[in-house]
Amino acid sequence: MPTTYLDFEKPIAELETKIAELEAVSQQGEGPSISDELKKLKDKAAKQLKDTYSSLTPWRKTQVARHPERPHFSDYIEQLFDDFQELAGDRVFGNDEAVIGGLATFRGQSVVIMGHEKGRNTESRLRHNFGMAHPEGYRKAVRLMDLADKFKLPVLSFVDTAGAFPGKAGEERGQAEAIARSTERCLTLTVPMVSLIIGEGGSGGAIAIAAANRVLMMEHSIYSVISPEGCASILYRDSAKARDAAEAMKITSEDLLKLKVVDDVVKEPMGGAHRDPQRAISQAGKAIEKALSELAGLSPVELKRQRRDRFYAIGREGLN
Amino acid sequence: MNWLTNFRTPGLKTFLSSKKDTPDNLWVKCPKSGELVYRSDLEESWYVTPAGAHLRISPRRRFRLFFDNERWEPLQLPPVPQDPLKFRDDKPYPSRLKAAKSKLAAREKEESPDASPPISQEDCMAAAFGRIKGKPAVVLVQDFAFMGGSLGMAAGEAFIAAAQLAVARKAAFIVCTASGGARMQEGTLSLMQMPRTTLAIDEVREAGLPYIVVLTDPTSGGVSASYAMLGDVHIAEPGAMIAFSGPRVIEQTIREKLPDGFQRSEFLRQKGQVDIVSDRRELKATVGCLLAHLMPKRAMDETPIGPLKAPMADVPAPEARDKSKGKKA
Repeated sequence: MPTTYLDFEKPIAELETKIAELEAVSQQGEGPSISDELKKLKDKAAKQLKDTYSSLTPWRKTQVARHPERPHFSDYIEQLFDDFQELAGDRVFGNDEAVIGGLATFRGQSVVIMGHEKGRNTESRLRHNFGMAHPEGYRKAVRLMDLADKFKLPVLSFVDTAGAFPGKAGEERGQAEAIARSTERCLTLTVPMVSLIIGEGGSGGAIAIAAANRVLMMEHSIYSVISPEGCASILYRDSAKARDAAEAMKITSEDLLKLKVVDDVVKEPMGGAHRDPQRAISQAGKAIEKALSELAGLSPVELKRQRRDRFYAIGREGLN
Repeated sequence: MNWLTNFRTPGLKTFLSSKKDTPDNLWVKCPKSGELVYRSDLEESWYVTPAGAHLRISPRRRFRLFFDNERWEPLQLPPVPQDPLKFRDDKPYPSRLKAAKSKLAAREKEESPDASPPISQEDCMAAAFGRIKGKPAVVLVQDFAFMGGSLGMAAGEAFIAAAQLAVARKAAFIVCTASGGARMQEGTLSLMQMPRTTLAIDEVREAGLPYIVVLTDPTSGGVSASYAMLGDVHIAEPGAMIAFSGPRVIEQTIREKLPDGFQRSEFLRQKGQVDIVSDRRELKATVGCLLAHLMPKRAMDETPIGPLKAPMADVPAPEARDKSKGKKA
């Protein structure tokens, strides 16, 4: 049972609260015959959850993708990788903790991992700048990819950002150039690269570390060119129309799989990854392993070629 | 008699006569000094005002500015699916496209009534092959007048086609950027143009050809965060706004006013993102000088441009693409 419910989860919240209350009562041993009642309620809650989550609107998916209890990159690191050695810094200006990365072992194989980290509480959110990177974050990504290329290690990236940080300092230090270089570095890698969108894939800040051979998406994550709020305020001149913008922009995993922007979608536990992070992450691990194995036989030239063909093909087939 | 005594209130005739009789574009107000500049004077000065403001110009004028003898071969740009997402805000996306196209046609008629030499513009992009100070070059121009020069599938395909033409012709690739950023009406497909254009630049690099970016006002968002910042050399026109996030977004985020000149060409040069700030009237000479250094002298540098051959061996023709459409298992 999550501690935070989204606005559309109110009926679920009510049922689950009632269940929790009844369970507390039954554990105290009072009232003999509530187990039937409890089972009924649980079935009802499960059904409610299933009904709600089997047809989430794009805006609701956006809310789930941003759920405060949704597993973050650091949770993935902990569960999927052994002996993670963080490598800090961009070698130029500083260490941007909105992007973290380093060396790790995945299924017995050394890999370079990197991703956005949003932070979990006020203190860590500030430290990670809510997952919104400055140029240093992308330059860190570039140096990590340089390292991967040199030592022939696959790169795994985890995307979870509302976007690159729109600030004065970032602009002064070349935010645009840093993003462009990082995207370019992904595309010139001679080692396999797999990206997974775990929460929000926000615009240039996301693509900078997601121009990979295989791009995967968690079922309830979103991937878009601008946040629904941003799109609404520009096109509809009303940020309250974010719901409509989310609908119009086709930002869900289902839509993006059809558009071939992503290659595979990782099923989440019923009710979203935050209800069972361990299972969600384990499913993600399997999908990454599969993607890596598909790329295993390719030579450096073929890997580059595959990436080029993959991105060039987007929009050339399967559209109206 | 002075102009005051000469002045009379407009009668019915003047009131009814349309703008055609007295073109409202005869005079142009300089955004820098506020003075009114005669349009034909601007024609002479490539739309740089006496105060030095660089006004936005069309792809046609850019081609005339760059190419030797004002001669070029237009590149036919590949068609793309229109409105793949069936996007609609307060207007459907196709009607926005249509409006932008008719605006374009009107400008073409005004700038070149007989449409010669031809240009071929698709969406916000136009590309042509020609020579700059003798060196073969493909110039790709992004047109801010077409939906803010926003980067969508058409622009992305145009970029790839132009880059591949440069490779096929062993020509330099010169890109004049002008864009507010991504085309939101194409959603994530517009975001995908960032890696796609980057891949095209990689092809130019692999061929050892120069890729020169001319940043013009304004260049921001997904365009600045991809091909605009990946040049071998970055040239900017004076006073151009060049940014990742526009000033309004930043001011909202940090809740303070940005200093004058922030995110302008001169500022970016000071911060190390731009190599050269070049007056438009010097632009051709500047690019020509760079190409002379970056491209070895070849005998054919002196030969005039020939007919345009199919530049894109790699890219399936649109018909071929259409056939392969539909669901894939």
